[in-house]
Amino acid sequence: MGSYIIKRLISAIPVLLGITIIVFLIMAMIPGDPATAILGSYATPENVARLNRDLGLDAPLVKRYFIWLGNMLTGDFGRSYSLNRPVLDEITERFSATLILAGVSFVLCSILGILAGVVSAARQYGWADKLITLTVLVGISVPSFFLGMMMILLFAVNLRWLPVSGMYAIYGGGDLPDLLRHLIMPSLALSVVATGVIARLARSAMLEVLRQDFIRTARAKGVPERRVIMGHALRAAMVSIIPVLGIQAGFVLSGSVYIEIVFQWPGIGRMLVDAILTRDILLVQGGVVFVAACYVIFNIIVDVAQGMLDPRIKT
Amino acid sequence: MKLVKWTRRGFFAAAGAAVALGSFALPSVAQTPPGVLIVGQIAEPKSLDPAAVTAVNDFRILVNVYEGLTRYKSGTLEVEPGLAESWTISDDGTEYTFKLRPGVKFQDGTDFNAEAVKFNFDRMLVESHPYANTGPFPLSFFFSAVQETSVVDDLTVKFKLNAPYAPFLSNLAYPTGLIVSPAAVMKDGKDFGRNPVGTGPFKFGEWKSNERVVITRNDDYWGEKAGTEAVVFRPITDANTRVAEMLSGGIDMMVEVPPTSLSEFQTSDFSVVEQAGPHVWFLILNAKDGPFADKRVRQAANYAINKGAIANDVLEGTADVAAGPTPPAFAWAYNNDLKPYPYDPDKARALLKEAGAEGAELTFYVTEGGSGMLDPIAMGTAIQADLAAVGLKVKIETFEWNTFLGKVNPGLEGKADMAEMAWMTNDPDTLPYLALRTQAWPDKGGFNSGYYSNPEVDKLLEEARSATDQGERARLYKKMQTIVHDDAPWVFVANWKQNAVTSDRVQNFELQPSFLLQLQGVQKN
Repeated sequence: MGSYIIKRLISAIPVLLGITIIVFLIMAMIPGDPATAILGSYATPENVARLNRDLGLDAPLVKRYFIWLGNMLTGDFGRSYSLNRPVLDEITERFSATLILAGVSFVLCSILGILAGVVSAARQYGWADKLITLTVLVGISVPSFFLGMMMILLFAVNLRWLPVSGMYAIYGGGDLPDLLRHLIMPSLALSVVATGVIARLARSAMLEVLRQDFIRTARAKGVPERRVIMGHALRAAMVSIIPVLGIQAGFVLSGSVYIEIVFQWPGIGRMLVDAILTRDILLVQGGVVFVAACYVIFNIIVDVAQGMLDPRIKT
Repeated sequence: MKLVKWTRRGFFAAAGAAVALGSFALPSVAQTPPGVLIVGQIAEPKSLDPAAVTAVNDFRILVNVYEGLTRYKSGTLEVEPGLAESWTISDDGTEYTFKLRPGVKFQDGTDFNAEAVKFNFDRMLVESHPYANTGPFPLSFFFSAVQETSVVDDLTVKFKLNAPYAPFLSNLAYPTGLIVSPAAVMKDGKDFGRNPVGTGPFKFGEWKSNERVVITRNDDYWGEKAGTEAVVFRPITDANTRVAEMLSGGIDMMVEVPPTSLSEFQTSDFSVVEQAGPHVWFLILNAKDGPFADKRVRQAANYAINKGAIANDVLEGTADVAAGPTPPAFAWAYNNDLKPYPYDPDKARALLKEAGAEGAELTFYVTEGGSGMLDPIAMGTAIQADLAAVGLKVKIETFEWNTFLGKVNPGLEGKADMAEMAWMTNDPDTLPYLALRTQAWPDKGGFNSGYYSNPEVDKLLEEARSATDQGERARLYKKMQTIVHDDAPWVFVANWKQNAVTSDRVQNFELQPSFLLQLQGVQKN
């Protein structure tokens, strides 16, 4: 197992290097430069040239790439010029907010999705199955940002049960219940689609397993039905559910961009959108590389977990 | 491995638990506390160092923490004494001597004096200054006319300009001219922008990234003390979310209310405040090549476009129809005799026929959004339809804001016939000087992307810049407006009225024509 993990980690290096090159080139090629974005109406060629020099953007492309890469390897992601603070400080702060939101949503959609799938499969064509299948279909079809806005209108503006936006109350608060109150709507809105996808997959995976011989054997031996389902069948079905969880984790992470904007969640998705619009090159590059690295690591974890559940995969 | 027992009862138990969990959210959301004003901003500030920022969003915080040598008289764009009590200008208009207000202290306890003023301008303008590295200072060219700043005595400071430059006094009132504490810059260096210290009625409290900036009452302030204990600025980038926060009582004040949401606030719980500002929204017409090289075609475009419908229907009344290149907010320099081109499609058709430009094909650059651009896509489409009605075939090309500036600023020649544009300025000199003179063509480093050229306008603008008497300047600007109105290098479309909404707990609030958010006198119960 240990050598498998090391092998996977080494194979991640070229992937990450490729990402640094791609994101660097994209930021270099998109029209508009940071000086123009900062100066806005006042972006005369003269002012732009002067500001670009002050920002260190007048060096040749290749040189800038290697300076950036070299600095990053020593842990220096540079300084964001739109926020006037170190890129790494901003990224870690924002990423932890995203991690809370995406993490809670991921746990929610995994648990709800698998439970819904299992119930559906166990009661195939029963009322529970039909109800769940319909709910899942609706859930998958509604865009999360729209759902978020509707939730704000109902629960925050009309009923005033929950705060509209943000991560903590502006006054008072700052404790765990305060965070949870702010988390309810965004995490639900973010998890709905992923829950639907997981539920559909869990249902078909379970149905497949339930048709197999060892289930019939277990039932014939007189194992109680709920143990057959939750013990024997679900465990076998998890082998095909877990890779989907990995994919959905990525989906939840990228879907958080919309949700973070609607709910003003101070996460990394909103940071990247703002950074792209202001052409904050170092912040975009640093943010993308950081998120990509996390995603790669997460995928390795998923693969390893799968290997542990299903020894056939381990190579 | 034993997992949860799954029964129908268990399912309902879980559902019940979820409901119970939700119910701790039930005690209704807390109201904002009295004496603390919570303002919904449109974005996170970039920095709180006035020399380093360019966005109105940041200025709204800065003007409450810092002061400049001059400031705008409330309700106008005219300059009055601020940290300087008085000033004299040499006859040739190149030497400005300021008498500073005595007994003023920065919020860190250090003295405000002539040395501090010199430090501020040298930091921005002198490359060898030890704290020049706390920049960059993108708007330092506001003071590029300053050749030297010198300390005459503790409370007298003198600026030597390299040429007469009349907008100097109003540039000092602009946020770029706000005075920072030298001691604080020396202490925090590049991080000064996150630990601001000025002389204003509020002092900096805390800045929690992406959540809030808090400023608190400065009890040692030299003037009238602030009416609230603290102001909290919350960045809420999404306009719908900002409206929802306002409706639910999460914020007490919001700026830049989307026109379509204004009706939500027409109740006794809120008040809507409006104020026309130094803003003009126009179309740059390519006067060098293509149909608009003919003045009659440019005038025809001005007649053909229904500006009233754009202001009232597309912008829901949040703008007035513009009459010329200078916004009426510059009351002292505005030519009241100027009337907007009336909406007259027949006249437009006649002019097009006369110029032989019937059925001409035009390329129109439209942006998706940007500073001061209001609702550019909807406005662009309305303009396209109006021009089609007089037989002009307009092809729209849409670009994201930064890309758009990259296309428009180098000039429209060979690329497009018209482009949307909007400016907000602090002096009637700025926009025409940078965008209407022959010397301001893009290849000469200006913003005259449509290549308008009229020697008389050039002369008037140069004269106005060197005149030190406001009455004389006003006369020159008014004459310039009449000529430009007739030459029609632009289609003059709209002057934006900035708006804000406050809850009924907020008192004494007014918006300023400068678009700066002065909160000193505001109270909240």
